Amino acid sequence: MDLVALLAIQVLYAIASLALISVGLAIIFGMMRVINLAHGEFLMLGGYAAIVATSHGISIWIAMLVVAPIVVGLIGVIVERTIIRFLYGRMIDTMLATWGLSLFLVGLTTAIFGNTTVGISAPLGSFQIGAYRTSVYTLFVIAVAAVVLAVIFAVMRWTRLGLIARGTMQNANMAAALGVNPPRVYAVTFGVGAALSGLAGAVLAPVSGVFPTIGVAYVAKSFITVIGGGAAILSGTVSASALFGTINQIATFVTTPVFGEVALLAAAIILIRLLPQGITGRFFRRGL
Amino acid sequence: MRVNRRTFMQGTAATAAAGMFSSSAWAEEPINVASIHDLSGGLDIYGKPMVDAMTLAIEEANAAGGLLGRQLKLINYDTQSNMQLYTQFAQQAALKDKVAVVHGGITSASREVIRPVLDKFKTLYFYNTQYEGGVCDRNQFDTGVTPAQTVEKLVPYAMKKWGKKVYVIAADYNYGQITSQWVKKYVTENGGEVPAIDFFPLDVTNFGPTISKIQAAKPDFVWSALVGGAHISFYRQWAAAGMRKSIPMASTTFAVGNEHIVLSPDECNGMLICYNYFQDLKNPVNEKFVASFLKRFGADYPNITELAMGTYQGFRLWAEAVKKAGSVDRMKVIEALETGISIDAPSGKVTIDPPTHHCVLDVHIAEVADKKLKVLEDFAQQKPADTAAVCDLIKNPTDNQQYVIKI
Repeated sequence: MDLVALLAIQVLYAIASLALISVGLAIIFGMMRVINLAHGEFLMLGGYAAIVATSHGISIWIAMLVVAPIVVGLIGVIVERTIIRFLYGRMIDTMLATWGLSLFLVGLTTAIFGNTTVGISAPLGSFQIGAYRTSVYTLFVIAVAAVVLAVIFAVMRWTRLGLIARGTMQNANMAAALGVNPPRVYAVTFGVGAALSGLAGAVLAPVSGVFPTIGVAYVAKSFITVIGGGAAILSGTVSASALFGTINQIATFVTTPVFGEVALLAAAIILIRLLPQGITGRFFRRGL
Repeated sequence: MRVNRRTFMQGTAATAAAGMFSSSAWAEEPINVASIHDLSGGLDIYGKPMVDAMTLAIEEANAAGGLLGRQLKLINYDTQSNMQLYTQFAQQAALKDKVAVVHGGITSASREVIRPVLDKFKTLYFYNTQYEGGVCDRNQFDTGVTPAQTVEKLVPYAMKKWGKKVYVIAADYNYGQITSQWVKKYVTENGGEVPAIDFFPLDVTNFGPTISKIQAAKPDFVWSALVGGAHISFYRQWAAAGMRKSIPMASTTFAVGNEHIVLSPDECNGMLICYNYFQDLKNPVNEKFVASFLKRFGADYPNITELAMGTYQGFRLWAEAVKKAGSVDRMKVIEALETGISIDAPSGKVTIDPPTHHCVLDVHIAEVADKKLKVLEDFAQQKPADTAAVCDLIKNPTDNQQYVIKI
């Protein structure tokens, strides 16, 4: 029984971490149709931002939850203003540009921080479930994911900012005709997407450590989640994370991590074959 | 430019003269030594200290007048943790730079990439990394420790200390696959059991389900043969789950990439390891070596690793053989090495074992203690018994394969 509880926490954690690493990408892709191949590097930069801030004596909580999103959000805005804004509507070109950006960021961080793994110890210690132990930090990651998703929902659903963003997403020309400034909406949205990626990278840094090429480990999974989720940003991310996270974690537990990854990829392939528009192409169509 | 008869004659005369001059100066040309290691990418935690040790070894040799009256020239090839570059650089070293010897390869996968290349182009090869054992190739010398030298000692030590049930986790390529079989063999021989062996690709960073699985299996201790930067997160997650205090750990790979410095003491104290070399070994040769190493690379150098020492000793053995052979010719040097050449190295006496081309050397069990490695027990002059059981290059000089243990 306690093993089931432990496993349930692990599954929730897998869902939470998938949702966290994907939501920034989902916003950028869903709103602007920009395929951001530098997404993994935004996560990596979030990790470094948190670690550098912590080593300068800033509390680990502020470093992860405040410093990292602000730093990466600013980087996102700079990237949008200098590179992305010239490429809206040119999907292949944005892929090429962001891939170049990804290589540049990997090279830059390698030059600055070296290629060794750095990390911070996960705070909060561990707790007991029956005969088993697991880290409290796992619960913290789940909580962060829940709060992030709730805040995104609230902003999109109930604020004027969310209304403008949704409107621009649906029809940029009509939004512009009604007095909205789409380039500004895009810049802000790209910044928010980057900031969320920074937050995710920082929150996961104590678990996985950080090195310049860690983005590669994240980027494929986040793309699979976003594509699997489909057009709706929130419900797509949540439903795809839930599906893939559960399959991955249970397959890993029952067999080995190799088959866990295989199961995740196989599930993604079958899903896209059956639902080419992603989960929200068929279900939860009116979701956010 | 117009070429008439006169300028043509001048040109060819100059070329001929240059040719004569360079051939007369041939004896003064340096001996090229290749170092093929990953200096960037995920494996550079292992490669950098190896190249530093190689650099020091060559500088020392040159300061002492070089070899056979010629200076040595180190050519570094950075393979960037990329297997394709291993093939390319091994060919370049053998064919273009015509090196006398190649030292290099870190993972067993990379060794198996360059070994056939260097066999084909008849270039002597030293593999200086601790590995799973069993390579039998007259063109290659292995100066690192193998499971019969380390696992055989560490398994009974850890079992006596902690108990008989051992859960093995290993990196998913030939090193981890084979080493975990050796661990299982020695655990079984010592009356213990291995409930499971789990393998992880080198980029796995989420170990949550595995940690639950290990807890469900309730082993007395965990044996880690994890490799590389991503796998460090296992130790973090293990400690974060509060497991370090309840289930102890032994490893054949930990600290080789300075994991004990990257992690906090709270995440790895008490782990048991077994290698040929530790920086804190107390002997005059080592004290002198550490002093000159730190002088060359800075007093804040984190730790001189097992692999760095393997590389240093590998070069010294080769240099000793060149002196004995009086030549850098490949066959003459191999024959000199096969006389059972021996050096007084910082890790103690190191001798080439002629039938296996591996080394007889000292090993030590140590414990991770507050970012240091505390030596607990010494085992003098261990033979490479695993490889010796299958490989005899005196009887079968043409043998050329890696034997894999069957259990």
